[in-house]
Amino acid sequence: MSSVGLSRPRAGGAVWLALHAEWTKFRTLPGMFWLPVAAAVLTVAVGAIAAGEYHCAGSMCTAAGGGGDPARISLTGIYLGQVLVAVLAVLVVGGEYGNGMIHVTLAAVPRRQVLLLAKAAVVAGLTFAAALAGVLGSMATGRLVLTGRGMTPANGYLVLSPRYDEYLRAGLGSVLYLVLVALLALGITMAVRDSGVAIGVVLGLLLLFPLVIAVMPDHALARHLEQASPVISGLSIEATINESSLPLAPWQGLGVLALWAGGALLLGGLLLRRRDA
Amino acid sequence: MTTLASHQSEVRTGRDGFGRLVHAEWTKLRTVRGWVVALLLIPVLTGLGALLLTNVSCSLVGVDGQPVACVAPATGPGGEAVADSFYLARQALAGDGTITARVTSLAGRHTPVSTSPTPVTGGFEPGVQPWSKAGIMISAGTAQGSAYAAMMVTGGNGVRMQWNYTGDSAGLPGTVSASSPRWLRLTRSGDTLTGYDSSDGTHWNTVGSVVLSSLPSSAQIGLFATSPSYIVLAPTFGGGQSQATGTFDRIALTWPGATGRWIGTGIGSDPAGPNGPDPFTGSFTHANDTITVTGSGDIAPEVPETWDGVGVKAQDALTGTVVGLIPATIVAALFVTAEYRRGLIRLTFAAAPRRGRVLAAKAVAVGSATFVAGLVGAAIALASGIRLLSAGSPVLPMSTFTEVRMVVGTAALLAVAAVLALALGTLARRGVTAVTAVIAVIFVPLLLATLPGLLPLGTQEWLLRVTPGAAFAVIQSLPAYHQVLGQYQPAFGYFPLSAAAGFAVLCAWTAAALAAAGYALRRRDV
Repeated sequence: MSSVGLSRPRAGGAVWLALHAEWTKFRTLPGMFWLPVAAAVLTVAVGAIAAGEYHCAGSMCTAAGGGGDPARISLTGIYLGQVLVAVLAVLVVGGEYGNGMIHVTLAAVPRRQVLLLAKAAVVAGLTFAAALAGVLGSMATGRLVLTGRGMTPANGYLVLSPRYDEYLRAGLGSVLYLVLVALLALGITMAVRDSGVAIGVVLGLLLLFPLVIAVMPDHALARHLEQASPVISGLSIEATINESSLPLAPWQGLGVLALWAGGALLLGGLLLRRRDA
Repeated sequence: MTTLASHQSEVRTGRDGFGRLVHAEWTKLRTVRGWVVALLLIPVLTGLGALLLTNVSCSLVGVDGQPVACVAPATGPGGEAVADSFYLARQALAGDGTITARVTSLAGRHTPVSTSPTPVTGGFEPGVQPWSKAGIMISAGTAQGSAYAAMMVTGGNGVRMQWNYTGDSAGLPGTVSASSPRWLRLTRSGDTLTGYDSSDGTHWNTVGSVVLSSLPSSAQIGLFATSPSYIVLAPTFGGGQSQATGTFDRIALTWPGATGRWIGTGIGSDPAGPNGPDPFTGSFTHANDTITVTGSGDIAPEVPETWDGVGVKAQDALTGTVVGLIPATIVAALFVTAEYRRGLIRLTFAAAPRRGRVLAAKAVAVGSATFVAGLVGAAIALASGIRLLSAGSPVLPMSTFTEVRMVVGTAALLAVAAVLALALGTLARRGVTAVTAVIAVIFVPLLLATLPGLLPLGTQEWLLRVTPGAAFAVIQSLPAYHQVLGQYQPAFGYFPLSAAAGFAVLCAWTAAALAAAGYALRRRDV
């Protein structure tokens, strides 16, 4: 007599299997592949437009004289890139809730923290790859364009290059920024279980702070909101000049976004554990 | 012979009449709890913006470093807040007449650049401002905000005729000097004041003619000079006060009762005010038929976005509009995508096969709901916001028409944007795609256009001309005045298009999206 059955995977193997399953789902769903590609391409494209639109005159052209920040200008496309990254994260979770696939998934991977870990790993890995391509492309484009617009050592600017710590921090930090935005979106989608609502909540959270702060007359309150804002605090990692005028120091700012993302993942994870599907 | 009974359906015709369709869509909208919550959030979030204003104060600082209480600016004959301080050498004269004078020089000086409106007492630098002005004036009185008409030379804008603070009409171009003087003339005939200019005193051009209905019989006729504050934007924001001196000769007064004696009055100047002695106290001298008048300030509408501007704009009370827009647009987008997700759309189209009418009914239902919610929110926000703002800083007055336009405009902006979201949702059919499209079309351009310094100013204004966010011009409470140099930027609430034109841009987007959605509905299966 021979027993036919599935071999029971080891504990570590469960994570790998779940990860593999998540990767297969992403890879084989039509249209999903284009989201990270579009995130990278649009980030570079908007950055190129912003760099091309940059003009300065007279004393405005110097780093000390109120000229722009080459890293920030080159990375303007992050504002659009984060929307696509958030959509990607929302769809990885919300798509399953939309078509009922989540029941099958939870039957196959009953340990919910394993599922959350696998989904987070796939989303983070994809976002990391897309963000790395987008940020490298943006900064290379920025270097090409902005050097011709007066952002030269003669005006007090360092040439955009990973040799300098500020630019390395801005570039690496922006990649991390996009990964954290994706994880924030993932956690929120786990919590609300509907793609449309989730993307609304995520983008509302990201874009509302800057929109309200921009028109707010109360400057003290605006400063506090800037510090709490995932986008404004998070993107302070892009700053390479005038760091003293930031609401928070660059890494502290990214830390605020990390807190938001961690909180969202915790909330999503807890609700995932406590609820039925 | 048998007669065939006609087999008429018992169902009355007109079951898919438009009124019934709207009623059906309204029922769908109001019976989903999440959507009702979101609709209720619209007035709450729109109104909450006003609560952010409790801490706003006018941050004027005196010589001693202590904050100075803000005095509400005077209001002009048109009801708008005005900056009205200058020096006037005057005579009170009744009836009709003509004043003529030749301006041979306009000189000036200004305080060094400072980053905040603290009074500076020394280190003056020479130079006139583009809107430094000196000329002749007929005014209703010496109180701030009096009705007036004036002919003047300016530092960089040629000869102008200005009246009642907002009126401005261009005369001869160029700057004034001893070798190229400017002749100015003002004539009163009843309530009609006519301004002329000339480069030689013989050939006169009419610059403008205005009717001032509130001019008393005995008016102040005189020579004045003043000079507004200036702004520099680089390397950091700063500015300072300035002062101008006009030199007049060949002064001719053809007026019953005119004399050669002039009385000097500083209008709106406060030599012993809380700021201590004003380094730019005005004065005039009269010798050998030549009069020089020195003054500082402006005779123009009050603009908060100048270096020494006071007051806040009522539109700050509507800061929450953009927050309320998020639930409005998301509900509208999900209102249609939910039908696709649940398959209800098949039933809807079976019941009402004319799909364009279904779309129109959905637009009416969601548009009306968001309009009413927005109207309530905007009315509460504006009323309570003005009250909260006035506690810390004077709120610059505006006409009832402007207030109504702001409130109704906010509601219409929310409603039309919601219909745009509905059309995008119909095109996308999937909730996540629809909401992303809404965010990408409405919110991302708005963010790029209003974040200060994110993009060059020209690009930001261009974005606010062509994207749906242009409609936010409906909440702008004060116009940008070309005769006052201020920071008229989107970040400070000044939009490149007028309220009507900006709203039309949003309507055009919505019409195009609705047309595309209607076309797609007819061509698609479901």
